[in-house]
Amino acid sequence: MSILKTFKPGGVNPAENKLSANRPIEILNPPGQAFIPINQNLGAPAIPLVQKGDEVKVGQLIARGEAFISSNVHSSVSGKVLKIDNVVDPSGYKRPTIVINVEGDEWVPGIDRSSEIKKLVTLSQKEIIEKIKEMGIVGLGGAAFPSHVKLMVPDGKKAEFLLINGVECEPFLTSDHRLMLEKGEEILIGTSILMKGLGVDKAIIGIENNKPDAIDHLSGLAENYDGIKVQPLKVKYPQGGEKQLIKAIINREVPSGKLPIEVEAVVHNVGTAYAVYEAIQKNKPLIERVVTVTGRYLSKPSNFLARIGTPISDLFEKASGLPENTGKIIGGGPMMGKALISTETPVVKGTSGILLFSEEEASRVPVKNCIRCGRCIKVCPMGLEPVLLAQLSEREMYTQAELENVMDCIECGSCHYTCPSGRPLLDYIRLGKSKVGQIIRNRGKK
Amino acid sequence: MNDILLFSVISLSAIGVAASVILFLIAQKFKVIEDPKIDVVEEVLPAANCGGCGYPGCRNFAEALVNSANKNKSIEGFNCPVGGSEVMGKVAEILGLEVEEQEPLIAVVRCNGSRANASQKISYDGPATCAFAHNLFSGENGCPYGCLGLGDCVVVCQFDAIYMNPETALPDVNDKCVACGACVEACPRDIIELRYKGKKDRRIFVSCVNKEKGGPARKNCKVACIGCGKCVEVCTFDAITLENNLAYIDYEKCKLCRKCVSVCPTGAIHELNFPSRKPKVEKTGEGDAALKKEKVIAAKKTESTKDNQQELKS
Amino acid sequence: MNMLIVSGSPHIHGDTSVKKIMYGVVYAMIPAMLVSVYFFGLGALRVLAISILACLLFEWVIQKYLIKGPLTINDGSALVTGVLLAFNVPSNLPIWILIIGAFVSIGIGKMSFGGLGKNPFNPALVGRVFLLISFPVQMTSWPVPKLLFGCQALTDAITGPTPLGILKGGLKMGKTVQELMTEMPSYVQELLGNQGGSLGEVSAIALIIGAIYMFVRKIITWEVPVAYFGSVVVFTGILWLIDPMLYVNPAFHLVTGGLMLGVFYMATDMVSTPLSSKGMLIFGLGCGILTVVIRVWGAYPEGVSFAILIMNAFAPLINMGFKPKRFGEKVIEA
Repeated sequence: MSILKTFKPGGVNPAENKLSANRPIEILNPPGQAFIPINQNLGAPAIPLVQKGDEVKVGQLIARGEAFISSNVHSSVSGKVLKIDNVVDPSGYKRPTIVINVEGDEWVPGIDRSSEIKKLVTLSQKEIIEKIKEMGIVGLGGAAFPSHVKLMVPDGKKAEFLLINGVECEPFLTSDHRLMLEKGEEILIGTSILMKGLGVDKAIIGIENNKPDAIDHLSGLAENYDGIKVQPLKVKYPQGGEKQLIKAIINREVPSGKLPIEVEAVVHNVGTAYAVYEAIQKNKPLIERVVTVTGRYLSKPSNFLARIGTPISDLFEKASGLPENTGKIIGGGPMMGKALISTETPVVKGTSGILLFSEEEASRVPVKNCIRCGRCIKVCPMGLEPVLLAQLSEREMYTQAELENVMDCIECGSCHYTCPSGRPLLDYIRLGKSKVGQIIRNRGKK
Repeated sequence: MNDILLFSVISLSAIGVAASVILFLIAQKFKVIEDPKIDVVEEVLPAANCGGCGYPGCRNFAEALVNSANKNKSIEGFNCPVGGSEVMGKVAEILGLEVEEQEPLIAVVRCNGSRANASQKISYDGPATCAFAHNLFSGENGCPYGCLGLGDCVVVCQFDAIYMNPETALPDVNDKCVACGACVEACPRDIIELRYKGKKDRRIFVSCVNKEKGGPARKNCKVACIGCGKCVEVCTFDAITLENNLAYIDYEKCKLCRKCVSVCPTGAIHELNFPSRKPKVEKTGEGDAALKKEKVIAAKKTESTKDNQQELKS
Repeated sequence: MNMLIVSGSPHIHGDTSVKKIMYGVVYAMIPAMLVSVYFFGLGALRVLAISILACLLFEWVIQKYLIKGPLTINDGSALVTGVLLAFNVPSNLPIWILIIGAFVSIGIGKMSFGGLGKNPFNPALVGRVFLLISFPVQMTSWPVPKLLFGCQALTDAITGPTPLGILKGGLKMGKTVQELMTEMPSYVQELLGNQGGSLGEVSAIALIIGAIYMFVRKIITWEVPVAYFGSVVVFTGILWLIDPMLYVNPAFHLVTGGLMLGVFYMATDMVSTPLSSKGMLIFGLGCGILTVVIRVWGAYPEGVSFAILIMNAFAPLINMGFKPKRFGEKVIEA
C-alpha cells in the first residue's frame, strides 16, 4: 500500500484506548426526567416555545432558533413540561433548560420509525437546507455548529468537495466508528443528500486506518453511489479538525482566520450525515445521538443511542454503574472534552462521549520549568509556537499574543499533551484567546 | 613630541566645539515646548503609576490635568485615587483652581462564600488564575457568581492592600487600599466594588452578587442574597434596589442606619466597624431568631478577622 | 464518590518527561564513558566520578539554601552536566580544578539564572570554557591514550597533543598538511578513540552509537546535527579544494577534536538552542562555520565549545527571526 495520507505539520499519537469499539450500539430507554438545554449549538440560544404544564410529544419543536447561527430544539421525550429552569449543562454553568417529566413514549405523527432504508431523495436543494434547519441538525462531531449554515455557500464562493469526517481521532471514543459499521447505508444516503444540498458532485469520506472494518464496509457500499469515495488516512491526532482533515484529504490549506469554503470544501461529520438522512428521509428531528460511555474502570464500556436530555447518570447505570474511584467525568474525548461538574449533566447534541477517569488518571503531572525543547512547536498542527503564546498570555501581553496569531489555535491540546515539563500550555493559550477575542470585539465596536 | 600633544589637544577641542554647536542647533530645532506646570504637578502626584486615574502613568495624568486647566479652567472629573483629596487640593493650588472635596473610596469584596458558608463540591486542577477558571466552570463551591479564590485581584494590587485569607479562601482588603480600581478590573466576576470608605471605616453592603433565585443560591451558599426584598422595604432612604434577585445598596444614598442588616434573613448584608449591639428579641419564630444570631456572629467574625488582619499588617 | 476534578483539556498526557529525557541522554553517553575508561584508565573514572558528584552537590546546595525551591536534583539535568563536563576535560586534570569547573557549570552557568530551563548557555560548556581560559596549561596537556591494562594511567607521565594541536602547531611552523598527517594516528584509530584529547571526545564511534540511541528515543532531532556537520563539511571542503597543502580534508575535521561530542550532545541541548526547525538549522549552520573559522584561523586549535557558546547567545534572536511556518499563512489564489 502506498503511503497513507495525513496532514502536516504537527500532530501527536496518543494511546487509542478504543475500549468500546466492539460493542454494538444499544438503544437506551427514555429517562424519567429529561433536561433539554435551549442552547445546544454554537451561536445564539433558541427561544423556548413551551410553558410550564404543556404536554409535549417526541419530536415536537419546543424551542426555535431565531438567529442566523442558531438551531431548533425538539423534545426527545413525551410528557409534561415541569419547568424552564437553570440547570448545569456541559459548559460548567447553569443555563436555561426545559425540564420535562416523561410520561409514555408518544411520537409526533409523521415520523418514520421503521428501519427500512429509503434511497430516493425527492427534495430540491433549497428544501433540503430548509428541512435540515427545521430539524435542528447541528455538527455532531462535538462543536455543534448548525449544519444548515454550512450548506449555505456565501455569494461569490463555490464548493467543490464535501468531506465527511469519519476520522474519530480522539482516543476512547467509538460512537462514529460504530455508526459507520451499523448504519453505513444511511450515512451514504445522508452524504448524497448533503452533496445535493451543497451542490457538489464529489464527496470523500475520511477514515483513519485504525478502523479497517469501517473502511472496508463503507468502501464496499460506496461503489453504488456516484461521486462518493472512501479515503483511508494515517492515524494522527487531531486529524478530525476541520482544517487538518481538508489538508489531509485534498491537500489544501484553509487560510488563517478563514472558513473552509475559502478552499472550496465543506466538512461534515458522519454522525451529522446520519442525522441528515433521518431528518430528510424519515422526517425525524435530531432528538437522539450515539454516545460512547467509556473509561478503564468502567466494567462495561458501551455505545448508547441516547435521547438528548438524558442525565448522564442514566448512562452510567446502564454501563453497570459509576466506578467508586471516579475522579473526573469528561464530556467528549480526553484531548478536547470538557470536564463535567455534575453527574446530572444532560446529554446534549454535541456529546460524542462520556469518559470516566479515576482520580489517579485525572491528576495532572507536576508542572516544572520549561526546558525549551520545542516539542510543542513540533506537534502544533497550526504551526504556532505554543510555548511563546502561553508565556505571553501568562504575562498578560495580549496585543503581542494577537500578533503571534493566538487566534489561529484550534485548542487541540497536542502541546500540553506532549510537554515534558507538564506545563498547562493550552490553559494559558485559551485564556489568551478569550482575552484577545474581547480586545478584537471591543475594537470592532469602536 | 610637544607637537603631537598640541595637535591632539587642538583637534579634539575643535571636534568638541563643533559637536556642541551641532547639538545645540538640533536641540533648538526639535525643542518641545512644555508647560512647566506639568513638572510641578507631577512632583506632587504620588508617582505610583498605578493607572487608577485612568491614565497610563502619573506624567500623563499631570499633562491631562494641566491641559484641562488651561482649556476649561477646571479639573473636575479628575481624581487621583492614591493621593485622594489632599493631593488633588495641592494640584488645584498649583493650577490656581478650586477642587471639590471627594469622599475617599475603598475596594469592597462582595462575596462571603468561604469554605464554611459554601462547601467545596468540585476540585479545580489548573493554573491559579480566576480568569481561566471563570471560563471553565462555575467554581469550586458551585456558585456561578461567587469568588473563585484564585487571587487575580491580589496579583494586580500594587499597594499590598488585598490578600487571600487562607481561612476563608476569600480576599481581604486592608487599610493600604487607595481605590485605584485594579482589582475591580481584574475580577472576572465583578465581585469587587469601590465604595465610600465611610466615617470611622463604617460600611454597609450586600456581600453577595448572586443573581440566582433564592433556592438555588442558598443551595450553594448559606449566606447568599436570596432577593427576598425585606431590606428594600425597611430602608427609609431608598438606598436599596432589588434587581435579578439581588439587593444592592447605593453607597451614595445609604446613611448607615443598619436597619437592613437586622432584617436580612441570610446575613448577606454586612456591617463593618460598627459598635456591637445587643440582638433585639424578636417576636418572630425561633428559626428566624436562630438565623439572625448566626448572621450577627458571622458579621462579627468578618469584622474581627479584618481587624486582626489589619493589626497583623501594620 | 470522590469530589470531581475539573481542569481544562487535554485530560491525558504523553509519556515524555524531563526526567526521561535527561536520563536518556545519560544512557546515550555510556558507550563514550566506557571508551574513555578503556583508553585513559582510572584517571577517567576519577574525573567522571568527581565531576558528577560535584555537580549534584552544587545543584542540591544551591537549590536548597539559595533558591529554596523544590529539589531538582532528581531530574537528571545536573547528572548530564556532570558527565558532559567530565567529557570535556583531560583525564589528568587536578581535582580542585574540576571542582571549580563544576561550580562554574552549575552555580554560574545554570542556577544563577534560575535553574534548569532558564540558562541561556550550555552549563557544561560554560564550565569548560571557564577552565580553558583560567587554567590553559592543565586543560591542554592531554595524556596519551594508554590501554587500561598497560596501566600507567594514574601517573600520567606521558602527555601529548591532540591531532588538531599537532595540525595547528605544525602549520605555524610551515609544515604542509601532508607532512603532518604522518605524525597523526590513522583515521581508524581516531574513529575508535585512540587519540589524545578530553575524556569524551576521543571516540567518534561511541559517540555515534549514543547519538543513534537518542535519535531512536526522539531525544534529539535531526536539524542541528545535519546543519552542523553539513556546514563543517562544505566549508572545510571548499578550503581543502582551494589548497590541500594548507588545509586539511573534511574527514579529518569530522573525526578529530570535540566535534562529535559537541554536535550530538551539546549543540542539541534543548535549553540553550532555538525552538523551531528553521531556527535549529540556522543554529547548526552558525556553529559549523564558527567552528571551522576558529579551527583554521583562530588562536585555539579547537573551536567547538566557543562556537556553540557564541551561537547560544544568538538563540533568542534566532527564535524571534525564524518562526515555524504557520498553517494557512500562505494566501491561496482562488
